[in-house]
Amino acid sequence: MPVIEVIFGGVILGGLYALVAMGFNLQYGVARIVNLAYGEFLMTAAFAAFWMFTLFGVNPILGMFLSVPAAFGANWLIYRVLMTPLARRARTRDQLEGETILATFGLLFVLRGAATIAFTANDRYYDYLGEPLRLLGFTFAANRVLAFATAGVIATAVWVVLQFTRFGVALRALAIDPVGAQLVGVDVRRLSALAFACGGALAAAAGTLVSTFLSFNPAIGIEFTMKALVVVIMGGIGNMLGSLAAGLMLGVAEALCSYYVDSGLTLAVAYALFLIVLVVRPRGLFGTA
Amino acid sequence: MDSLLGRISFIALAMAAASSALAADAPKSIRIGYAISLSGVNAQGAATTTLPGYDLWVKDVNDKGGIMVKEFGKRIPVEVVAKYDDTSNAETLLRLEEKLMTQDKVDFVLPPWSTGFNLAVAPIFAKYGYPQLAVTANANDEEQLVKQFPTLFFFLNQPMHFGAALISVLDTLKSAGKINDKVVLLSVGDQFGAEFAAGFGAGLKGSGYDIVLQKSYPLGAADLTNEIKEAKSSGADTFIAGSYPPDTFMLAGTAITQGYNPKVYYTAVGTAFAEFGGAFKGKADGVFGIGGWDPNLPGAQDYYKRQVALTGHAPDGWASPVTYASLQILVQAIEKAGTLDRKKVLDAIANDGPWDTISGPIDLKTHIREKQWGVGQWQNGQFVGVSPSDMAGAQPVMFPKPAW
Repeated sequence: MPVIEVIFGGVILGGLYALVAMGFNLQYGVARIVNLAYGEFLMTAAFAAFWMFTLFGVNPILGMFLSVPAAFGANWLIYRVLMTPLARRARTRDQLEGETILATFGLLFVLRGAATIAFTANDRYYDYLGEPLRLLGFTFAANRVLAFATAGVIATAVWVVLQFTRFGVALRALAIDPVGAQLVGVDVRRLSALAFACGGALAAAAGTLVSTFLSFNPAIGIEFTMKALVVVIMGGIGNMLGSLAAGLMLGVAEALCSYYVDSGLTLAVAYALFLIVLVVRPRGLFGTA
Repeated sequence: MDSLLGRISFIALAMAAASSALAADAPKSIRIGYAISLSGVNAQGAATTTLPGYDLWVKDVNDKGGIMVKEFGKRIPVEVVAKYDDTSNAETLLRLEEKLMTQDKVDFVLPPWSTGFNLAVAPIFAKYGYPQLAVTANANDEEQLVKQFPTLFFFLNQPMHFGAALISVLDTLKSAGKINDKVVLLSVGDQFGAEFAAGFGAGLKGSGYDIVLQKSYPLGAADLTNEIKEAKSSGADTFIAGSYPPDTFMLAGTAITQGYNPKVYYTAVGTAFAEFGGAFKGKADGVFGIGGWDPNLPGAQDYYKRQVALTGHAPDGWASPVTYASLQILVQAIEKAGTLDRKKVLDAIANDGPWDTISGPIDLKTHIREKQWGVGQWQNGQFVGVSPSDMAGAQPVMFPKPAW
């Protein structure tokens, strides 16, 4: 198998890691909430896609037009109801991070428990586009390629909004310096809520895409939260391009490792890479001091 | 927890009992309790294999009015008085089992899920003299364990027998010149996968097979495309994976997209799940997996339909029916012993078999269910037993596996 084929496989996987991480990054980097229940939203969206597909035959990609806005609304509400009191009370960023970690840790168990009761602990899987797709002379799974393409479209859209709109500039300002942003007229509370909601919407998109090719159950959330945390810290907190680069890097590293070294070591390689980045660039690949 | 119907019939029975002089001493119900993983990493396995069987059993028994206990001269309904969540934590489980036996004082305790947990609680069952019908457990030293814990019964084969059952299928095909001697052996990177790879690997080499690719992958791997591509280019006719449910599904999905069609395709845990057939439909035909059952045994089809109707969850083609069968044994043993005295019921379970069950007759004289399926195969939308081939109801092997 030529190395380029292995790398392509890694890129396809890494694109999804990047999407998962970008939503987390909006919540962490901009709204300053370490949302440990992030993966739970991803899991909920996966179930939503599963039920829509198996019960009503709804195409998962079309289903996203329902689940993504719903996730946006739910996350906005969570920010307003649960996080705003904490944000108001917190004197420093560190204090806010600490308190939201505890709050979202609780939320994680509430959501997981509710999902276990509602959906049972069974593994779910459905076959959507599980067909071969010839691309550049290599064969890939159509659902994985579609997930990658959708992730690419969403990531590009997020990047364009952040780079070229007033809203995006305000968000970036908020990520870099909340106090300064406030001084120049950025409504911190409102924007933080929106950033948090956008993050939740990306989680729902990622969850839908993941559900097309991975089996899932109510307990999968934490794995994705951890992966998102690793990618975000590697790429630089608040830096979307960093998340994209780090996500792709992780995917390619895992693919190369599984083919050339040993499949059992992919996790070790991921965390080794994480450590190296932390040692060499403590603020992440694209982080600014 | 009970159905309304169950409650009503229970109340009716209780009232009838109150007016009957003979039943003055009879308990109003047979108290059942269990601790099992309702949350945590083991919850999925418990929810798939074990819990639907427990629920169905309670309903079935009470629909008949209960279990006939001779010393009280009447049927007594079963009642789940305690159902605890061990949160997939062994220490929690140990504490809960003690509580069930010493504080809740239930009449019988149904076993937890998984090999590790069943072995962990075996000393407690033995200490308090509760029969332990450990269905979701197996170990290579079963014979020694049942000597050590006289209350313990095993229903699944020792791991090495599963390997032997598959190798006998391969031997038949190889000696007929239908497959070459090259084998791919993948396994998931945890204790199950390691034991599987060691056991199957040794067996395969001992029978003259050449393992051309052997790899393990981490539990929860997000992509197994490289592994399938390597298997495809290995030239082996036989693909064997010591897999767990998530990767069992992923391997099949990836093999389909990569057009990988080995003549023999075998995956382990999860292959027998009804969801596997549900997800891959006709493409599942020809896939081998661990386990197997005979859907043509008396009562088997009816059990299948009843469980779907009650729980909405189809039983798997391996340990689910055995779970139900183990409880059928408990009922018959109580009726045979004519008492709720656990010592006598224990003796009956061991000595008064073979018992009639939906998995065929089961004899527990050695405390180990001896004859059972090792390898099953999806055939026409059903996961049926194919090996050992001298089992009653063994289906002929579908060969080669049709292209996906």
